Amino acid sequence: MIALVSLTIALPFCAAFAGMLLGRRLSRTLSARALPAAGSAAPDAPTTPLPAVVPDAAPAPGDEARVPELSRLAGPDLALRRLPRNGPALIAIASTALATLLALIVATTVWLDPGTREGTLTLVPTGTVDIAIGLQADGLAALVGLMVCLVALAVQIYSVAYLAEDPRYCSYAAFVSLFTAAMLLVVYAADLLLLYVGWEVMGICSYFLIGHHWEDRANSRAAVKAFLMTRLGDVGFLIGIFALGIGAGTFSIGGVLDAVPDLPAGTLTAATLLLLAGVAGKSAQFPLHTWLPDAMAGPTPISALIHAATMVAAGIYVIARLYPAFWAAPASLTVLGIVAVISMVGSALAALAQTDLKRVLAYSTISQLAYMAAGLAVGAQTAAVFHLVTHGAFKALLFLAAGSVILVAGSNLLGRYGGLRRTMPITFWAMTVGYAALIGLPPVSGFFSKDSIIEGARHAAATAGREGTGDTAAAVPDIPGGAAWAIYIALLVTVGITAAYAMRAWLMTFFGEQRGSFQAREAPALMTWTVAALAVPSAVLGFFGLGAAELRPHLVSAGLALLWAAGGGAAAYLLWNRDPARDPADRLGPLRTVFDRAFYLDELYAALVVRPVRAAARAVVVADRRGLDALVVGTAGWSRRAGGALRRIQTGNAQSYLTGLLAGVVVIAAGVVILL
Amino acid sequence: MILLVTLAIPLAGALALLLPRTRFLPDEESVRRYGAAVTGLVLLTTVAVAAAFDHGDPRRMQLEVDWSWAPAIGLRFHLGVDGVSLPLVVLTALLTFLCSIYTLRHPPAEGSARLFTGLVLALQVGMLGTFLALDLLLFFVFFEVVLIPMYAVIALWGGPGRRAAAYKFILYTLLGSGLLLVGLLLVAVNAGTLDMVALAERHGHGLTPAVQIAAFALIGLGLAIKVPMWPLHTWLPDAHTEAPTVGSVLLAGVLLKMGTYGLVRIALPAAPEGAELWAPWLGLCAVIGIVYGSLACLAQRDLKRLIAYSSIGHMGFVLLGIATLTPVGVNAALFGNIAHGLITGLLFFLAGAVKERYGTGELNALGGGMLTAAPRLASFLTFAAVASLGLPGLAGFWGEMLALLGAYRPAAGLPRETFVTFMAVGALGAVLTAAYFLRLLATITHGRTERPAGSVAALTRAEYAAWVPLVVLTLLVGLWPKLLLDLTTAPVRALLGGG
Repeated sequence: MIALVSLTIALPFCAAFAGMLLGRRLSRTLSARALPAAGSAAPDAPTTPLPAVVPDAAPAPGDEARVPELSRLAGPDLALRRLPRNGPALIAIASTALATLLALIVATTVWLDPGTREGTLTLVPTGTVDIAIGLQADGLAALVGLMVCLVALAVQIYSVAYLAEDPRYCSYAAFVSLFTAAMLLVVYAADLLLLYVGWEVMGICSYFLIGHHWEDRANSRAAVKAFLMTRLGDVGFLIGIFALGIGAGTFSIGGVLDAVPDLPAGTLTAATLLLLAGVAGKSAQFPLHTWLPDAMAGPTPISALIHAATMVAAGIYVIARLYPAFWAAPASLTVLGIVAVISMVGSALAALAQTDLKRVLAYSTISQLAYMAAGLAVGAQTAAVFHLVTHGAFKALLFLAAGSVILVAGSNLLGRYGGLRRTMPITFWAMTVGYAALIGLPPVSGFFSKDSIIEGARHAAATAGREGTGDTAAAVPDIPGGAAWAIYIALLVTVGITAAYAMRAWLMTFFGEQRGSFQAREAPALMTWTVAALAVPSAVLGFFGLGAAELRPHLVSAGLALLWAAGGGAAAYLLWNRDPARDPADRLGPLRTVFDRAFYLDELYAALVVRPVRAAARAVVVADRRGLDALVVGTAGWSRRAGGALRRIQTGNAQSYLTGLLAGVVVIAAGVVILL
Repeated sequence: MILLVTLAIPLAGALALLLPRTRFLPDEESVRRYGAAVTGLVLLTTVAVAAAFDHGDPRRMQLEVDWSWAPAIGLRFHLGVDGVSLPLVVLTALLTFLCSIYTLRHPPAEGSARLFTGLVLALQVGMLGTFLALDLLLFFVFFEVVLIPMYAVIALWGGPGRRAAAYKFILYTLLGSGLLLVGLLLVAVNAGTLDMVALAERHGHGLTPAVQIAAFALIGLGLAIKVPMWPLHTWLPDAHTEAPTVGSVLLAGVLLKMGTYGLVRIALPAAPEGAELWAPWLGLCAVIGIVYGSLACLAQRDLKRLIAYSSIGHMGFVLLGIATLTPVGVNAALFGNIAHGLITGLLFFLAGAVKERYGTGELNALGGGMLTAAPRLASFLTFAAVASLGLPGLAGFWGEMLALLGAYRPAAGLPRETFVTFMAVGALGAVLTAAYFLRLLATITHGRTERPAGSVAALTRAEYAAWVPLVVLTLLVGLWPKLLLDLTTAPVRALLGGG
């Protein structure tokens, strides 16, 4: 079993290296074989690199993205026809498909026979607590692992068409494979430090992929920002791991959780709070979230895989993994809840005013991750994990569908779309399912998962402060009643805002008149099929939750949430309907700029952190040269001066030597006479 | 006996170059090939040493050579390897060999290849001897042997400011050597032995606390200059910036390690009470070095200077590990030594290649777009930078992580709060490390360039031959840290007086 799990991780890992080193060679070999067989040379043989087309080179807000060459959308689907000769794509897709199959087998086994399977390959001695190179598979890991594999597979297939003419597709596919392996390592790791390894490798893959179009300095900056902000959170994460590991005497997750009852409360609270820093960084929660909207500079499939469905969910996953430790530290759960409330409402408001479709989705990701965090804060662990999975499906769908729209329209800007429902029917229906799930409309998946979180918050708010009531319902962590109420209310309000921004984006994309000048048609087949396929789980995944009592819909919370959703959606529709050519967000007035700039946090961080660090760096360089080094070099001058002073005595004049000698004798004689 | 051969080969190789030019290896090309052959042979012998080494018992000194040298003062010619020195010995031989391979096609600017090869071989004798010596005076002798060839390499083949840099290097490190010698003699006279194994077994028995405190301060200061520890580092940026590529690689890859190795091998076990007193101060200088080095890199405009300052930061982690006086911390130091040797060695090779192709190391003059103009070179640079910023799964991570872990719970007699503060500051320094390396990559590899694709000379075979082993080892050690930790853990426990 554990062998299968390790193979699941190893496959994409090896594929990354194989793809990077051998991908192109494989393409050449395959073309060479295919050409004689085809009789006549195919005109589209990928032997010469085609000119780089950059579909979404992160337009600065208000700018226009370059319109991609539309000719390649015409005619038969080149990417699909080229696939059998596309070495990097074959390596990436085959390995991911195999890994998916293995993850499926693992998940089925765990489902049929629940329980944790654990295996340790070896122990690495460190001089103190050993590191165990070990993996584990339980229900949580198997489920999330399967989701990761499926989304990664979808993204790999989609990318073949999306990046068909990108000269660096080879390294792109390899990094996606490496990312998949790292994420699977996080999911299946049985040791905290091993988990940390996967955690950081995901970060560097994210860096490389955000900066995929590095010709543009803006993308490069976005990549650096994403890595540094998450790395800042990871400082806390690593120290939190130390605290747990040293406290428990083992880094193995099972061992740490077993030791939770014996750990002092202070240690647990400190450790979990430190872990939260890493979670906030990776899962883009306030105050470390500002990297995620900028990360949209990466190619859209990357946004779907890393910055929506999988990596950003890793933070939530880690809390779920270590949930008993968090449960025993209610202060940390309270902090998590407050962070979630701020992130949820703030980013939903920011999403209302974005002009860039991808940034709308990015802020909605922060908001939805905050839902999961809120669920964890109120003790609704199952609901939070359920939302993680459904969100993975529908957010991947939304991003990939958005990628199709962006490729066709040649722009990220909502203002350039309009009326696409007729020309891109498959994308339209798929995205409709996605938005419905995002808002939480029945009967699609998001409804069930969101509802169970809201119900959990309601339950926590209702029971908070009441001790020993003998409540038979699910236990609630010991967080203050005020926090529980705040979470409950924020969840409901955010449903309304979510409905508003989703409605706005949906209407501006698919309804009204087409505003940009492009030839509207469905995206290449590989992309459209993938999007259509993802619509299926986004629609039906919710029904799988009916098997568990805590995941079934509840009348009160469902009713309230739907009311809020109806209100938000209707408001957006009415505003839009007055003038379909205008952006409904314009009606926000001066607030629009505030929301669009996401409450000026970036500016604040630049003033508080970036500039002081730069100033300190310059000061150090000056201090090093003028202070420390001048001191060292100065010693040369001092020795020379000292030598010069001493040289004066050595005049070579015998008379002065003799005078000195005599003077000495006189002094000594006088001293002897006086003292004795 | 094989250890003696390891030392004898480069020594004989260097001496043979004293033969008249007309009789032996008349042209430069053959001298360089000769250099590669000799260092290759040394590498093979060290691999044989690693194979002959009993990995089941890395605590024990193995393959010892122990001859009386000057009985009047108890000086012995005593060599041996254990788990602490074995990785360093192999690293030294490897880096010297890779430098020789690199020199085959990329010789330093002008001057006699004969002299250069001879100096590198002499340097190798000193470096290997330092890691093999088990007698205090013998250690000192080898330690000093290294100085002169390196001085000559910088002074003869360096950049425009080479004279000043070479003087600063040799005078500053000689000052350190003076302190080191006094410290070593203090220990030797009071303990009545020059034998490092015996001293380590005694753990300071027979030395009064005052002697131990003085000895640790002297030895520590002397070695700290070599490491270099903040604030004694100012010779390093100049030496690195001016030195030719091969000089920089060996300086960063091996010479700096002699300082930290000496601390672990001599200062810690021989003067444990002194270590306990000075450890918080050592830790303080270490974390200041981490942050200071990183900040200096952030505002640096020259590629080689930047890498030099990054060394100060990385050696800060190594020193922090030592300062914790825990097995995990010292393990971290030894791991960090090897990782830094591999990664920074690679970085200096790359900096040399960039300078050779672009004619400058100024970041602004290099401009951007190296990934377009020289994709392979830029990819190597990206790999090395990412490895150097401590990405898990690559060699740099484990040393840093374990040093922080050691600082989280330092040895019993040390102030815990102080070290936890060090840990937090050091961890933030690691973020700064990431910041300057990513800034470096963004500045020179990203962006557009006027140079058309392929206008910069492609990588040569010699370059691949020199760099690929470093890349592979960085990956191997990073993915399988057990390789080194299995070797060092047991002897480190013994050196610290534990079981």
